[in-house]
Amino acid sequence: MSWQGAAGLALVLFCIGLAGLLARRNLVFVLMSVEMMLNAAGLLFIAAGMRWGTADGQIMFVMVLNLAGAELAVGLILLLRMRGRVRTLDGDAAVLLRDAS
Amino acid sequence: MIGEVWMVPALPLLGSVILGIFGGKISARAAAVVGAGSVGVAAVLAVWIAVGWFGAPPVGNAVTVPVWDWMNLPGFSARVGLLVDPVSLVLMLVISVIGFFIHLFSSEYMAGENGYSRYFAYLTLFVASMLLLVLANDLLVMFVGWEGVGVCSYLLVGFWFEEEKNGEAAQKSFIVTRIADIAMLVGILLLAVRFGTLDIGTVLHGAVAAWAPGGFWPAAVAVCLLVGGLGKSAQVPLQTWLPDAMAGPTPVSALIHAATMVTAGVYLVVRLHVLFLLAPGVLQGIGVGAAVTVLVAACAGLVQSDIKRVLAYSTMGQIGYMFLGLGVGAWGAAMFHLASHAIFKALLFLSSGAVSMRLHHEQNIFAMGGLRRKMPVAFAGFLVGAVCLAAVPVVGCGFFSKEYLLGAVWANNKVLWGVGIVGAFLTGVYIFRAVFTVFFGEAVAVSGGYGVRVIVPLAVLGVAALGFGWLQTPGFLGGAKVFSDVLAPVLGGGESVVPWWVAGVGMAAPLAGIALAYALHENGFWRRQGAAAPGVWEKFLQGGMGFDAVYRVLFVKPFLWVVWVLRDDPVDQVFGVLERAAVGLHRRLREEQDGKLRRYAGWMMAGSVATILVVVFS
Repeated sequence: MSWQGAAGLALVLFCIGLAGLLARRNLVFVLMSVEMMLNAAGLLFIAAGMRWGTADGQIMFVMVLNLAGAELAVGLILLLRMRGRVRTLDGDAAVLLRDAS
Repeated sequence: MIGEVWMVPALPLLGSVILGIFGGKISARAAAVVGAGSVGVAAVLAVWIAVGWFGAPPVGNAVTVPVWDWMNLPGFSARVGLLVDPVSLVLMLVISVIGFFIHLFSSEYMAGENGYSRYFAYLTLFVASMLLLVLANDLLVMFVGWEGVGVCSYLLVGFWFEEEKNGEAAQKSFIVTRIADIAMLVGILLLAVRFGTLDIGTVLHGAVAAWAPGGFWPAAVAVCLLVGGLGKSAQVPLQTWLPDAMAGPTPVSALIHAATMVTAGVYLVVRLHVLFLLAPGVLQGIGVGAAVTVLVAACAGLVQSDIKRVLAYSTMGQIGYMFLGLGVGAWGAAMFHLASHAIFKALLFLSSGAVSMRLHHEQNIFAMGGLRRKMPVAFAGFLVGAVCLAAVPVVGCGFFSKEYLLGAVWANNKVLWGVGIVGAFLTGVYIFRAVFTVFFGEAVAVSGGYGVRVIVPLAVLGVAALGFGWLQTPGFLGGAKVFSDVLAPVLGGGESVVPWWVAGVGMAAPLAGIALAYALHENGFWRRQGAAAPGVWEKFLQGGMGFDAVYRVLFVKPFLWVVWVLRDDPVDQVFGVLERAAVGLHRRLREEQDGKLRRYAGWMMAGSVATILVVVFS
């Protein structure tokens, strides 16, 4: 498998994630989309590692994976808190901080 | 003894401060005691100093009492000090003594008024400022006193500020004199720049040494200072404020707008006469302007129906006489007329106040009549004052001072003398028009009576008005020269010898005027004039010859128009555009902050893409 294939896959994944982020209103799916975009970035690291024949990309991917786990924990906590407060997971309903006018 | 002269202005100032701070807490009686008492002690002190002075005049006939080094700058220094010489001594006596009697009169006249202690606080502050003005040895200090009396005049003219027209009169008097004071300030600053000090003696010596007579600079400085003096002394063309200033309480008019403050312009010219001698053209201008003032005031005085306005125009006219004397260099005669005018005009005003306080503050002379039996005290006071004002021969001080003054004018300028004689005739007519209308004819009802605090000032001033003139008499009446001898060390002597017929005309003119006033009273002309609706000419004269109307068109309307234009601050509008643009942009951007997560993400994405494109392709 060539690094171009991996990079192309990363691009596709990223675009799917972005589309999900922009299109979905359910915050669980939004969170999943963010994860997809993050993993697309991780995949791009691996593809770059393949291109230059080093292990740096894979090391970086492990780090991104850790980061994603931590971030997901925070994200899920926020979701739970939000569900407790606005009684919905609709992202568009979470507009309590916007300008009142 | 001379060293204590600083206490003369300081005591009234102290009284004013006490009244200003504790006025609301102390009783009316205590306020009057503090006000009249502080001025009275100052008057006693002034008399004491004067007695010591005339008993043994100091060497050089002038003493400067240093008080305080105000400022010492490179190129300029101001040392506050009090200059005592015969001129300031005479004025100090006039101000403090007359001031005391007017305080005494006020304590009864103003009884029961709201703001009784406020009144005395202002009045004593005025006396302090006026004393500072005449005693100052430095033009800067004199200017402080000059502005001080202006402020007090404003406060006292507008004393009954609940009525709108009183407030307007106060503003008018303040603004007109302030405009004149700006010219005066320019003159003072020119002197300061030229001589590095404003000490009067130093400046005058420097001016004589540096400037040739008839040059540009002395004329420019003299004109600037003169305009200040004309404004303060209500001379044409800055006279319009004085008749309106009669809105204040009558004792205020007696003290400020008759006896003392309005003569400050005369004092200024006398004090700086050395400078004015360097500008002969300006002196001639003073004479001409004074002649115009005398005629304007006399004609306007003929048709007034308010007794105080009659007196206001007579004040304007008498100060015109003083300036007439200044115009021909008769400094001593002007000072003599100033002092005698201060006495008899204070008497006239206090008498008119005494009349109207028993007529429910009625001031229209045609609403009065036959009061000579009902108010003998006020009648006697007013009659003595009127006799002095009209310069009835030999009787009152006005005769002696006017005779002395017109003699000096005759010796210098026959035309100005002629105007002075016409003015004297008209003065006799209009003041006795008031006398006959108010005190003769059918009697009107009066109320109340007088206390001792009204009678004593009237009696003292009446006796003074009758006796003061004998200090300086013409040759055929003894030729006393007490007054001119006193002032001679400062102002120089010089008795003008006039032919007998000049003196005769000077005596005949007022008598003819009084005779005419009597004749017109007998056939009822004055009453008919008062009852009839005023014609065009009468209205013109009543309004002081249309000066107000001209100023309204020339200055007041354009000024109000400028105010109208500027009321929204057009310069600020330029910056307002910036402000409105920022606010508009802010409002537009604020709408973007709608809390929609997906829109935020979309914009972030767009921004990231745009940034990457810029980085990659640039």
